[in-house]
Amino acid sequence: MKKVMQGNEAIARGAWEAGVIIGCAYPGTPSSEIMAEISGYDEIYTEWSPNEKIAVEVAHGASLAGGRAIACMKHVGLNVAADPFMTISYTGVKGGFVIVVADDPGQHSSQNEQDSRNWTRFGKVPMIEPADSQECKDFTKIAFDISERFDTPVLLRTETRVSHCDSVVESGERKESAIPKGLDQKDTPKYVMVPMYSRPKRVALEDKIAKLAAYADTEFPYNVMEINDPSIGFISSGVSYLYTKDVFPQYSFLKLGMVWPLPKNMIAEFFKKVKKVIVVEELDPFFETEIRAMGYKVWHGKDLIPAMGELSPGIIKQSLIKVVEGRKYKPPKIMIKPENLPRRPPNLCAGCSHRPLFYALKKLGLYVFGDIGCYALAVAPPLAAMHASTCMGAGIGGAYGAGKVLGKKGLGKICAVLGDSTFLHSGIGPLMDTVYNKGYSTTIILDNGITAMTGQQETPGTGYTIKGEPAAIVDYEQIVRAVGVKNVRKVDPYNIEETMGVIREEVNRDDASAIITVNSPCMLLRRANPLGKFKHPVYTIDTDRCRGCKVCLEINCPAVSWQKAEGQTKDGYKRKGTVFINKDQCVGCEVCVQVCKFEAIVPGAK
Amino acid sequence: MTDNGKVTNIFLSGVGGQGTILASNILAEVFLGAGYDVKKAEVHGMAQRGGDVTTHFRFGKKVYSPLIEYGEADFLLSFELLEAARYINWVKPEGKIIINKQAILPPAVSLGQVEYPGDIEKTFRKHFKDNVWIINGQEIARELGNIQAANVVLTGAFSNFFPEIKEEKWTDAIKVLLPTKLHELNAKAFYEGRKII
Repeated sequence: MKKVMQGNEAIARGAWEAGVIIGCAYPGTPSSEIMAEISGYDEIYTEWSPNEKIAVEVAHGASLAGGRAIACMKHVGLNVAADPFMTISYTGVKGGFVIVVADDPGQHSSQNEQDSRNWTRFGKVPMIEPADSQECKDFTKIAFDISERFDTPVLLRTETRVSHCDSVVESGERKESAIPKGLDQKDTPKYVMVPMYSRPKRVALEDKIAKLAAYADTEFPYNVMEINDPSIGFISSGVSYLYTKDVFPQYSFLKLGMVWPLPKNMIAEFFKKVKKVIVVEELDPFFETEIRAMGYKVWHGKDLIPAMGELSPGIIKQSLIKVVEGRKYKPPKIMIKPENLPRRPPNLCAGCSHRPLFYALKKLGLYVFGDIGCYALAVAPPLAAMHASTCMGAGIGGAYGAGKVLGKKGLGKICAVLGDSTFLHSGIGPLMDTVYNKGYSTTIILDNGITAMTGQQETPGTGYTIKGEPAAIVDYEQIVRAVGVKNVRKVDPYNIEETMGVIREEVNRDDASAIITVNSPCMLLRRANPLGKFKHPVYTIDTDRCRGCKVCLEINCPAVSWQKAEGQTKDGYKRKGTVFINKDQCVGCEVCVQVCKFEAIVPGAK
Repeated sequence: MTDNGKVTNIFLSGVGGQGTILASNILAEVFLGAGYDVKKAEVHGMAQRGGDVTTHFRFGKKVYSPLIEYGEADFLLSFELLEAARYINWVKPEGKIIINKQAILPPAVSLGQVEYPGDIEKTFRKHFKDNVWIINGQEIARELGNIQAANVVLTGAFSNFFPEIKEEKWTDAIKVLLPTKLHELNAKAFYEGRKII
């Protein structure tokens, strides 16, 4: 049956058709939908793992027991999983094992821009790259065959415009793997990577790669040569191929489905068949460098095509039209300059518990070591309450390290802030370090009961599994105490005054402390009834009292806006305007009420 | 409009929560059903947080790129005025533009730092003359009892550009994509929209 599917959905379908029995992932845009979709198939055990390293380790263990397994993550997730990844290439697999890594060129939703193709050569693990949803499904299936045949994990690389694009997919049926389930006879030279066994494995790995290179050349069905007009030949892969094909359909193409090892003979043949070769690839000059190293003359590549950000048909045309067709690029007519329009950045939801917490941090003037999650939105003005943010879990170590430099002078000035899911992902280690090595920083855990930013995924702290079954719940207070934190406080962030008091006390302590928010579920987490605790459903402005001082605008609530209107308060104060609360958006969280100095924000009616 | 040999480009834009993605899913269902190859591209991740949302939608006999080239959109279907203005340069000179007459204030406007641009309608009419339809979608949806259906009202208006596709193909797509309790409302919203153009 033909259906329009998102790339991620098609990978999930491919995993199911391939007979996968275990899937593990930590959510991360643009990869999150893969495991969410796989969890819909009854035949597959799925989990949200606490982090990507764990996901890869669990999936590898499943593979050793004979199950086909898939682990999915975004590009920065593979950095977290790099340790097992770099050695699984040595041990190999039993059941097919595929690691999906989703890149985000252009950084739509990421802290950096990485070209994950660099992992394939580095990790000595073959990588394949689909271009559209049909290929997502087909490539996922063949990845499992390659994995079992060559005894290797296989990387399936996508990027935003593959993961999050929808196109037509022809579905197939599920076929179980022929690999029997069960543990093999003890085979320590294969699976125990101590030097005496890993050294021979290192040698064997080269042989494996040579065999994979031969396979790429002779058997892999998705390295495809299309010889049309031979005056120019493009070498490309993934969505870059689709863009180029759209702009220059009449020329010749070598579409690489396998990123590495490269089909050397096929490339040689292509160079014989076409006159000039242009390499089109997104981000790094991966193919270009490899092909130049083979001794071929690449006519154009990264000399003309940007090596940063996303490509698009427009960018490819702009970069190449002159060399390909000898005419100047004619830009489209600019009717409105987009830079002259007000931007629309994402914002914390109305009622979000992060808003009052970050407002408190700002009022206290703390240097905030932030982290990755919705709360990173607190960096945006006017809230502008975050000073550093690097990667998941980094805030805690950062605050501790800064304190080591500042000594007593840093007391009362520093804190680390991160969410519940991020804390479980990689916050426990640095907190342990802070306590063990006598740091004094305060760690604030924002417990909103879910992985919020990526779209409501469960964690070990939510009480549910990915399939919605009840599960054990992590007790944050006990974890924090168990690593040695003596000062543990709980605050309701919606009470700003009280929250500020608790934070002030804790940041001034000369030993480590932790603050955990309570009563602060994500506004989108319906089962937690996040609106239930608010006394009134909506607030409104008492224009008799509003002086138009704009203090309430500092909280950056999407429901609160400014309206110009000359006038005066009941007691005769002349003002230039008042604020206005949009009742469709206000949820009654009372954060603005606490900020207002003139008691001008009062309960209203929906 | 639907010449089998060429690819038709539809650029959709709006604000998170307006149903931009649902509208593009309706298009996908309809044009796949009509026998075309379809591709669409959107960026997820922060849309629920009030950011802008765009979808590139393309259909034709064979579609390669999921993204539309600059200045190549045959249609701009936008659910908010500012988000229409932001993508005006993507539309080809003879392109057709359907905009929901709604202004959702971005933060800088809410804060009183900048004005919401006041001349958006005028600019579109200046460049695209009679090929601009500005529709009060959320008012029509409000009268039907749910402001959320404004996206379907606009989709209904937009459907008129494809006379070869039968009306029930559109309403069938709505039924496939929405829960049963919303079928009646959205079918009404679609018909109301369809009357407009």
